[in-house]
Amino acid sequence: MILLEEVWRTFQVGEAEVGALKGISLAIRRGDHVALVGPSGSGKSTLLHILGCLDRPTRGRYLFEERDTGSLSELERSALRQSRIGFVFQFFHLLSRLTAAGNVELPMMFAGVAPEERRTRAQEALRSVGLAHRAKHRPDQLSGGERQRVAIARAVVMGPSLLLADEPTGNLDRASSREVMELLERMNADGLTLVVVTHDPDIARRARRVIRLSDGTMEEEAP
Amino acid sequence: MRAPDLLRFAAGALSGHRLRTLLSVAGVGVGVAAVVSLTALGEGARQYVVNEFTSLGSNLLIVMPGRVETTGSIPFGGVTHDLTLEDFQALVGRIYLIRSAAPLAVGSETLRHGDLGRTIPILGTTASYAEVRHLEMASGSFLPRRDPEEAGNEIVLGTKVARELFGGENPLGKLVRMGVWRFRVVGVAAPKGRSLLGFDMDDAAFVPVRTVMQAFDRRTLFRILLEVRSRGEMEQAKREVVRLLAERHHTQDVTVITQDAVLSAFSAILNALTLALAGIAAISLAVAGVGIMNVMLVSVSERRAEVGLLKALGATDGQVLAAFLAEASLLTGAGGLAGLGAGLAAVKILTAVYPAFPASPPAWAVGASLAVSVLVGLTFGLWPAYRATRLDPVNALMRR
Ligand SMILES: Nc1ncnc2c1ncn2[C@@H]1O[C@H](COP(=O)(O)OP(=O)(O)O)[C@@H](O)[C@H]1O
Ligand SMILES: [Mg+2]
Repeated sequence: MILLEEVWRTFQVGEAEVGALKGISLAIRRGDHVALVGPSGSGKSTLLHILGCLDRPTRGRYLFEERDTGSLSELERSALRQSRIGFVFQFFHLLSRLTAAGNVELPMMFAGVAPEERRTRAQEALRSVGLAHRAKHRPDQLSGGERQRVAIARAVVMGPSLLLADEPTGNLDRASSREVMELLERMNADGLTLVVVTHDPDIARRARRVIRLSDGTMEEEAP
Repeated sequence: MRAPDLLRFAAGALSGHRLRTLLSVAGVGVGVAAVVSLTALGEGARQYVVNEFTSLGSNLLIVMPGRVETTGSIPFGGVTHDLTLEDFQALVGRIYLIRSAAPLAVGSETLRHGDLGRTIPILGTTASYAEVRHLEMASGSFLPRRDPEEAGNEIVLGTKVARELFGGENPLGKLVRMGVWRFRVVGVAAPKGRSLLGFDMDDAAFVPVRTVMQAFDRRTLFRILLEVRSRGEMEQAKREVVRLLAERHHTQDVTVITQDAVLSAFSAILNALTLALAGIAAISLAVAGVGIMNVMLVSVSERRAEVGLLKALGATDGQVLAAFLAEASLLTGAGGLAGLGAGLAAVKILTAVYPAFPASPPAWAVGASLAVSVLVGLTFGLWPAYRATRLDPVNALMRR
């Protein structure tokens, strides 16, 4: 489903070139559960952004669902992000002016889904993360764990095949972290491909594969 | 993405900054209100002048003594002949293009009834004046038909004069005095207001032309008013009048003006005035537009993370652009509506204070100010919205 071949990503910082990814080759199968670990600045987020078509490799090839993403237009990449790929961030990134349901409806709104259908699908997604009763609440009326679950509902409401989570529990206490991870794992069990960046060894251990990045290069840990 | 969703999304974003939104709306509102009320003023001035001319009667030629044309040389010796009753008679008798004609001789005197008196212009004319000037009567009738050379003791009062001298009493048939002269009131004219001849017709009185000439010892007419049979014959009639009078005076020493010429000159000037006022008002709209641009730039940079998120959720650059453009045009559109309301209210107040002044914003100004305000939003919102689409989603999301 995902195939990276010799992917490099370098950033121009003033005069200097910083290599965030240095020749990453990686294959991820449909329905897999992958943990990305490594010290801060090792390139985990950069790799995740490339997987999510938010960023492009400087060099190398990235095939998503058998399509070479390098040859896709911005519009086609938007379409992939809209319907095939879900994102979950460390800082939730909920819009504070919208209710939980309104936030979940956002991707459907940009996809042009009719309001009626949006409402029922958002309600359904919120129920699947256990927050049906919080639909009318705004983010500032929700706990951190609840916010992250709203963000997960938003990420999956369009029915993607790949879910990318960048330190989804980085801002949560232990109990909320466990809830969120159990939720993600349940979705993975239902067939969603899951790639999680994490600092937490306990969380990493639960993944089927653990990939350790250091200074832009990767090695896979034995299961 | 659906248009109602787009607008609701934009409105939601605006409602997060109520004060800022209100101030931007007010800025545009002031601009639009300025356009509406200033063009209403200009258009009112134009309409006022047009009405005044039209109230003179339509196919009107006005003959006045003296040459005011700049072309041609002043005759040697510069003799200027007066306009006489004989000239008037000659015009009526010899120029078949004229439907009706009225001479006008003018004096100023105090009219008395009982203890009450009022000093007013006394206009000497004939029965035809009512036709030429489209004069309506409030009561009674206008001066009777008779030979212009004959004096008479009939008088027609303007409404104001009748009110001042008679109060609630019916003036018809009553006597009024003017020095040693006695007049019998035969009619009261309907309200007409100030005419371009320079008299307040409501505050004047009409008597036979010969009487005015005798009473004030005048040999000359102030004006001759001619109504031409049809509009198409105005120029020809004018030429014939000039030729006939030149023949009689042995020199060309009168000026004939048509209402059209004066009207179109005035109209052009006042149109230019309206446009100038609109231009001035448009500057305030442009200033408001720059304000909108500023607000939108702030809004975009404040919401970098939101833009990044929208892109991560699959929003296209076009949709991001549309979202911010919708926001800007909502701001200016609301400003346009508010300004239109304020402008129309200002015009209402103005016309309440000066009922005679027909100030009303031209339809084009109303439509244009709304269209322009939305256009201002689109134009000045374009660059900020474009900047939003250029944001790198990764950077926008990561820097929080
Ligand atoms: N937009 C950028 N411009 C310059 N350097 C960047 C940018 N994004 C990331 N980097 C650099 O790339 C490296 C990897 O960053 P990142 O992928 O965020 O690491 P991690 O997520 O593992 O902490 C770091 O050295 C970081 O400074
Ligand atoms: Mg990171």
